[in-house]
Amino acid sequence: MDRGVPAEAGAPLAGVPAGGDPDPATLLQQSARGDRAAFAALYDGTASRVHGLVLRVVRDPAQAEEVTQEAFLEIWRTASRFDPARGGALSWMMTIAHRKAVDRVRSAEASSRRDTTYQQQNQTIDHDATADAAQASLEARRVRAAVAQLTDVQREAIQLAYFGGYTHTEVAALLDLPVGTAKTRIRDGLIRLRDTIGVGR
Amino acid sequence: MTDPENYGEWTEVHALSGAYAVDALDDLERARFEDHLSRCAECRAEVDSLREAAAVLSVDDVEPPAALRASVLAGIEEIRPLPPLTHQTVPVTTLRRRRPVWRSLPLQVAAALVLVALATTAVLRPWHDDAPAPLTADQVLQAADVQSVGQQLPDGSAATVYVSRSKGAAVVRTHDMALAPAGKTYELWLQTPEGDMEPAGLMPDDPDATVLLHGDASDSTAVGITVEPDGGSDQPTTEPVLLFDLTT
Repeated sequence: MDRGVPAEAGAPLAGVPAGGDPDPATLLQQSARGDRAAFAALYDGTASRVHGLVLRVVRDPAQAEEVTQEAFLEIWRTASRFDPARGGALSWMMTIAHRKAVDRVRSAEASSRRDTTYQQQNQTIDHDATADAAQASLEARRVRAAVAQLTDVQREAIQLAYFGGYTHTEVAALLDLPVGTAKTRIRDGLIRLRDTIGVGR
Repeated sequence: MTDPENYGEWTEVHALSGAYAVDALDDLERARFEDHLSRCAECRAEVDSLREAAAVLSVDDVEPPAALRASVLAGIEEIRPLPPLTHQTVPVTTLRRRRPVWRSLPLQVAAALVLVALATTAVLRPWHDDAPAPLTADQVLQAADVQSVGQQLPDGSAATVYVSRSKGAAVVRTHDMALAPAGKTYELWLQTPEGDMEPAGLMPDDPDATVLLHGDASDSTAVGITVEPDGGSDQPTTEPVLLFDLTT
């Protein structure tokens, strides 16, 4: 509709197998029409990426599997709502999976999780697991280079929010930032990442 | 309306786009921001682009167990994909009627929550014409019978409760209020004539907030604010940090 800046339509994201299969956007659109084979192909092409994110946020493998399943069922149910003019198919799927993962960690067990993992989180803040996990692929190198462009606070705030599932208020507390600062750092950092990597402009 | 506070409020809400894109808002902020998104094309575009950026961050591929694939493919057999959003099928008259309602809503948490409630209702009764417009904080503030009770704290912060008995609603407005400690939230309470405290919503993490209290305030005897664990409590677990006597 009245979007100001359409994203690069269907720009494939890192890690999508570049085989002969149709791209995720096409498979999603076919899935919206009830095409189960297309959805199975979509699952095969993206499940490891989606599950990697979910597992990182949820941590508990059994729960992560449940969340990944929920995410894919939601992707199937809402495939028609994917709008290629607004962004890539994989990032749309990752958004759904991330929301489900965050909802899971914030639900019933949220309080105990925070108590037990605060220390763990704190120890891993400086340890850039994103860059670690990145293999030698060109895409991973681009991501690592882009992450390296962030200030320490931007990087830590984004990691705690995105991978830790913490609210910006909690991120501020974890990083000893004044309340209200973390949300700004998250936004600044994401904008810088976006502009460095060249997605979603 | 030329409320000078609106601009500040707008920039404040706008600044949540990044946190929203990575799901780092609490439920109240999320509702408030989604209300804003429904009216702000600029923020929608920004959120879309920041989600793209965030998705790129996750480069860990972990193959889920093979059994998961079977579960997912079995699961979809029982789920009908949603139809596409076809704006053409929404009657134009309905759109026109709805739009001023959205536009006129102030960006208050309470209003956002009312919207969420309305959205839920709308699922059950799509485009129901008789649905009353949600009561807004402004309507309470501008009610003919509005009364106010103010409190000043030693640190210079201030809070005022406005109550309209005819509207049966109360609004609390804070100025420079210290934020609740990490992991805590300010919860609002309406005291019944029997002396019970009924939960009336949570304050946003904002020193300057205007919040419509949940619940019927037509015969409330007091409004209290307590510090509660994140997410709030069903009963006050601490002494009120502020108590406003509405009976005087």
